[in-house]
Amino acid sequence: MSELAVTLRNELVGLGGIVERNVYLTRRYFLWDLAFMVWTIANTLTIVFIARVAHLPPAQENRLAAMLLVGAVIWAFLGIIFEFVTETVAWERWEGTIEYTFMAPISRPVHLFGMAAFAVLYGLIRATILFFAVAAFIGIHIPHANYGAALALLAIASLSFMGIGIMTSVLPLISPEKGAQLGFIAQGLMLVVSGVYYPVTVMPQWMQWVSKISPATYALRGDRRAIIDGAGMAWADVWPLLVIAAAAIPLGLAIFRTGERYAKRHGKLKRSG
Amino acid sequence: MSSLAAPRSSSSSSVRRDAPAVEVHDLRKEFRRRDRSGGRFARKPWPALVDVTFTIERGECVAILGQNGSGKSTLVRLLATLLINDGGEARIFGHDAFHEERAIRRLVNRVSVEASFFKKMSAAENLSYAARFYGMTPRQTRDAIPAILEQVGFPAERRGEAMENLSRGMQQKVALARALLTAPVLLLLDEPTTGLDPRSKLEVQTFIRQVRAEHDATILLCTHDMAEAEALADRVGVLDRGRLLFLEPVADVKRRFGVETLEEAFFAATGRAFEAEHDNDDEERGVFA
Repeated sequence: MSELAVTLRNELVGLGGIVERNVYLTRRYFLWDLAFMVWTIANTLTIVFIARVAHLPPAQENRLAAMLLVGAVIWAFLGIIFEFVTETVAWERWEGTIEYTFMAPISRPVHLFGMAAFAVLYGLIRATILFFAVAAFIGIHIPHANYGAALALLAIASLSFMGIGIMTSVLPLISPEKGAQLGFIAQGLMLVVSGVYYPVTVMPQWMQWVSKISPATYALRGDRRAIIDGAGMAWADVWPLLVIAAAAIPLGLAIFRTGERYAKRHGKLKRSG
Repeated sequence: MSSLAAPRSSSSSSVRRDAPAVEVHDLRKEFRRRDRSGGRFARKPWPALVDVTFTIERGECVAILGQNGSGKSTLVRLLATLLINDGGEARIFGHDAFHEERAIRRLVNRVSVEASFFKKMSAAENLSYAARFYGMTPRQTRDAIPAILEQVGFPAERRGEAMENLSRGMQQKVALARALLTAPVLLLLDEPTTGLDPRSKLEVQTFIRQVRAEHDATILLCTHDMAEAEALADRVGVLDRGRLLFLEPVADVKRRFGVETLEEAFFAATGRAFEAEHDNDDEERGVFA
């Protein structure tokens, strides 16, 4: 086998190892995950119930509830991706395995991509459960929903989210104490400009400009059309997501590489006890 | 007891046969530590390693002695590609430790004072995860993990138990198994027996001897246990405040200083008694500040 083939094979085995590890951990923390799921459902209900107090005709109330639900589900989905990817470093530092992982012969892009890929898969499963649980509880009627298009668009948007998640995952490397929390700030800022519970047109003009570079804007817009109106994937939503992903992933890797070198130079790539 | 695994081709193929296992020339590393006299945010450079030079031949076991804060762990972390040097160079089997990290990582593994595992995962799961990074497939680890755990004396019935339920000694055996599973040609041991009870310590030391006898591994042992260094190493060095004072066979060290024990040699070389110091490196370096 050529050297390139051996390297490729080893990288793929390593990628499988990351997913395998996360499966082990998810299994061990299953009850905690279940509790977190209950909390997420409760939190989403607090948002979707707002549609009831708007005193709208039933059809419009149903539409508003569906719009809020899509926003809350994407918020939760993004939360999981950012949590997993950002905790690539934070979790390993807490467990004390960070030095072993970072001295292992797996490339950093594959390492990070493995974490992000598992986060997307896990996030999609949780988002699906969350969506149907809340829709059933509230009694939202979405007979024309195009779930295939909604999931496909979310999967495309996930590429950008992974890139941005990788950018934020460097934060715990630079600031072991507070870095992980800063990742959630990035998540919140992204959603606030993306029209998470409202159309972007209600925001000030400068925020609307910022919303154009947020992948969540297109994911929210496209998924709302697919779920509420039964629309298919629109190219107008897809191409910006692909462009943002093409920029975000290499940028994320470059930022992480710079952060890793900084941590190695300053002795921060170590367990914190 | 069955033989240990031979190095796999993926790691042994990148070993340059004509090169020493480790070559270190004028290696320097410094951290920034708080400068209380200069105000709240002031930092000043603090040398962790100062112009360290030595060579380790292939198959050799070398012990570096030093007190806490002497620079032992910094040296290990530099060789493990976890730190970037501030000067000098280090080569492992001919590969530049700071520019050929991928090649180095295939050759090196490490056991540190803390076992460091995912605590909720079992010994077998932790080993499986570590092995994947070195290209070992589930088919390969299915037999290799039970075999290596048996070799380090880990009870078969506890393979599926969460690491958090295991004693320190047991965890350290799993750490040794993790390092050996990937068949490293250079094994970095950073205080591998610190904090272990006498029996566990003896078992780990026996295993290290076995690794040397049966496995084509070079060992760099950093410790503050003089008896352990004398028992395991071909040559012993003293690292004091970042400077390597000497690196010689134990008999030569004793002859050089005209003393009977390594402890006396340490005193003669440094002017201080060998005793544990407060482990305040990180605080002093401001690493987590």
